[in-house]
Amino acid sequence: MIEVLIDYWPKLLDGMSMTLKLTFISVVIAGLLSLPLAILRRSKNKAFQWPIRLFVSFFRGTPLLAQLFLIYYGSGQFREELTDLGVWWFFRDPFYCALFTFALNSTAYQLEILRGGLQAVPYGEIEAGVALGMPRTLLYRKIILPHTYRIALPALGNEIILMLKGSAIASVITLLDVMGHTRRVFSQTFDISVYFWAALIYLMITTLFVFAWRLLEKRLTRHMCYPVNSKLPAPKALNTPKETCHVN
Amino acid sequence: MEWFEYLSFGNNGWGDELASGLGITLSLALITLPIGLFLGFSVAAASVAKKTYPRLIAFTFTTMIRGLPELLTLFIIYHGVGLLLNKIIKWLNPDAGFFELSPFVAGIIALGLVFGGYSGEVLRGAWQALDKGQREAALATGMNQLQIFRLIELPQMLRLALPGLGNLWINLLKDTALVSVIALNDLMRMANIAVGSTKKPFLFFLTVCLTYWAICIFFEWCIARLEKRANRGIRTS
Repeated sequence: MIEVLIDYWPKLLDGMSMTLKLTFISVVIAGLLSLPLAILRRSKNKAFQWPIRLFVSFFRGTPLLAQLFLIYYGSGQFREELTDLGVWWFFRDPFYCALFTFALNSTAYQLEILRGGLQAVPYGEIEAGVALGMPRTLLYRKIILPHTYRIALPALGNEIILMLKGSAIASVITLLDVMGHTRRVFSQTFDISVYFWAALIYLMITTLFVFAWRLLEKRLTRHMCYPVNSKLPAPKALNTPKETCHVN
Repeated sequence: MEWFEYLSFGNNGWGDELASGLGITLSLALITLPIGLFLGFSVAAASVAKKTYPRLIAFTFTTMIRGLPELLTLFIIYHGVGLLLNKIIKWLNPDAGFFELSPFVAGIIALGLVFGGYSGEVLRGAWQALDKGQREAALATGMNQLQIFRLIELPQMLRLALPGLGNLWINLLKDTALVSVIALNDLMRMANIAVGSTKKPFLFFLTVCLTYWAICIFFEWCIARLEKRANRGIRTS
């Protein structure tokens, strides 16, 4: 059990950094792309709405593995054209292809989440902002976006975890993430316990992430929490438990 | 025109091979669904139990399944359960040959576990959302536990759990693509084989993507209809 870990821990660590790199970069790119697209998706203009709808439906309705193959292997069919365009170096590299696919996939999911968040912003607050004469950018910055992200935060956390798990698929196109190294070690040693170590690594990352994300949620919803250790008595009439925070 | 030739049925095209792969994909998903649902109900029942141990087991199971990549679960089942079965067979009968777990069965077990873990949470949520008074009323009229579950809780649970279960079903359909990695001849792997001999990767993988997309859209439509039917007795504004 433990020998595999002693012999191969540098490889697993190396795989861990690859997994984290893949997940982090694609999630951040998707995070940047999804907000403007979500706002465009809500516009009344059908010319904006329909392409985004199709994009979201396609990336949510097909397996990630198939998308990855379509982009990584599929680009090979247009090798000459892509070389002429000067982008073949990008599609030749499995890392960039995986990043590209994961970013697009995550954009589709995050976009839907943000759309739901934008829809759930209380309309009265927007009206109040307009009544105060706020310009559009200020309205977004001070009222709409804080609400949206607060509502969308738990779902966004779920999506990031899904992406982390999905990144294991990159091992199929020869990338050496945790899964890739694990498969390689297994094919050399035929020792099943390496899979359990990999499982432990994934569980560890997700658990740590869940805790970190909870802290972030608590921070962004801190105005909704009663002070836990404050000397002021919590309102009695509401019959509140000790720590009343809608995130726990 | 040339593209259609590659996808035609018969000896020249790959249409019939892709269709047989699609059959495997669909049957894998359809066989997994009842197994996963059964597991999900068991997990949900364990996690609403009064005793600590069932709750602990259910919690550990769902946390592990939801924290692991589906691909890793699949590999653990495919290699791990295979080795375990071989050890048991060797122990029972030392002269037995090497037994290989079929990728289809491994796929069913792994995807069933994944579906069970996720649907357990969905069903638990639905179970806990039910009105407690109904269970008390049923007990007062002398119903036994099975009757309460079958006649009162199950119909209401399904209505509440349907959106979540629908999502999981779509996810299950998409996850079946992973079994191609352990050499099951599903749609994805058939496309791989076709690409190997025709060198037209974009064409075949696009076909695969469009097929999955069509299946997902079809089932989304079905689920929407089911939801409409399940909610027909509910007054909405």
